[in-house]
Amino acid sequence: MTAAASHDKTKEHVCWGGGGAHTHHHRLEVVGLSVHYQEVHALEDIRFATECGRSLALIGPNGAGKSTLLKSLAGLIAGDSGKILWRGKPLTRSSHEIAYLPQRGDIDWNFPITVRGLVEMGRYPNLGWWRQYSRHDAEIVERALTSMELRDLQDRQISALSGGQQQRAFIARALAQEAHVLLLDEPFTGLDKPAQENLSRLFKELTAEGRLLIASHHDLQTVTGNFDDVLLIRRHQIAFGPVAESFTQDNIATAYNSELRTEN
Amino acid sequence: MPTITDFLAEPIAKRALLACLMIGFANGFVSAFVVLRKSALKIGTISHSLLPGLALAVLVAGLSQWSALAGAIFAALIVGLGSIFLSRTSRLDQDTAMGVLYTTAFAAGLLILKNLDMRQKLDEWLFGSIIGMADSDLWIAFGISAIAVITLTTLQRPLLIYLFEPNIAASLGVPVRLLNYATFAVTILVLVSSLQAVGCILSVGLLVAPAATVYLLTNNARTLFWGGGILGAVGSVIAFFLSYPLGWSVSATIIVVLGSFFFLAYIFSPKYGLFSKRRGVA
Repeated sequence: MTAAASHDKTKEHVCWGGGGAHTHHHRLEVVGLSVHYQEVHALEDIRFATECGRSLALIGPNGAGKSTLLKSLAGLIAGDSGKILWRGKPLTRSSHEIAYLPQRGDIDWNFPITVRGLVEMGRYPNLGWWRQYSRHDAEIVERALTSMELRDLQDRQISALSGGQQQRAFIARALAQEAHVLLLDEPFTGLDKPAQENLSRLFKELTAEGRLLIASHHDLQTVTGNFDDVLLIRRHQIAFGPVAESFTQDNIATAYNSELRTEN
Repeated sequence: MPTITDFLAEPIAKRALLACLMIGFANGFVSAFVVLRKSALKIGTISHSLLPGLALAVLVAGLSQWSALAGAIFAALIVGLGSIFLSRTSRLDQDTAMGVLYTTAFAAGLLILKNLDMRQKLDEWLFGSIIGMADSDLWIAFGISAIAVITLTTLQRPLLIYLFEPNIAASLGVPVRLLNYATFAVTILVLVSSLQAVGCILSVGLLVAPAATVYLLTNNARTLFWGGGILGAVGSVIAFFLSYPLGWSVSATIIVVLGSFFFLAYIFSPKYGLFSKRRGVA
């Protein structure tokens, strides 16, 4: 039924940090999710299931509900009806296994924080208000910085980075959080070509490690090759499945053409 | 005119100096939060609404420190929550609603205090009266400063994540609502204490300028809090010593000194000043 059931990544994978190796795949399931803002229907009856080791693109026109869906998955917005199941349990509030990465435009790049300080924020779920920052925490932060190639830049203020480096710093924060699921709002936006290719490579590494990536994406040209699965939405769900099967001209037309109709 | 050493021998002057130190530090410390939250203008409207709050408290319960505190908190809540209510139930945005609400409240407060024949108090609340402080005022200032520093230090780790990006904070399990209440309470308390030193019209300056200055000098958020506190205290004490021989009002001098610090940093900051080479590169 779902893309997750049909793919072939059956080999054991390790979700880095959190819980160690496991042979089963952590499953994220959305069952009939609807979200309203006051009287506006933001999302209507969204249903799909995916799992660790895959990457999913959320595609749809502006106002289709991509950001709303990401925020719902992050536990930032409560749905009116439907369920989000993570590893078989309802996702009632924020979980440290799920990391949210906002759009670049939502970040105050002048905030007095260094790359390392940003990555260390990922340790908050483990540290709480007061617990001492331990060697274990330092090692995890170190590893996150190294794998995102940010060690030499760790003392820089975050505005003194390139777009690609900034995106990697936020991913490093998610890694320091030991997140299994990364929810990224328009991660490719504002990056130049080499940085986009770099990020695309990084996506493959992260999914190969057994992480689940879900990203909103607006560039229809770069869906194929960057993502395993696609979810087309325009408030309602239009299609879900592997890119090769579901990212068809017909489905894209349904998502985008009807936009003209509703605006008139 | 007696010399400054004679003047300092007076208990009234000692109290004023101590008050400058404590109120300057507490406001400077909290100003880091105000700057990072980007809520300077909102603080301005809340500080103005303290006056009608005080007027109402005097009208209802008579003049005492506790009624004044209660009135100030009440007024800040009314203007803060009232503007949200007005913007939700009309087509106006919150800034517009707040603009109408706080000026109306302020004007009503002026009328009440004038009609109650409290011109003296009115003047003190508008422009501060650090020279006229009693021991009990000093203790209140001390208590408020301690609460502000302890609260913000305790909450610093989650607070900084929240100030950086509220969505990330919420997704990490930071208690966002608790932080909102706690920081609102601290801000009101500090405003009430600065009322004594600089009055409700200038209190925004004391609650913004110190950290705004340090913001131009550091990339470390923790430095912003402690640096803001130290700068607020040093600036207020310098202003105290300047104002006596010059015969200036202490409150206005405090704000002018802190404003001068800010412009010095704005021009000469090695990293983010006007003359910095890195400007335009970053």
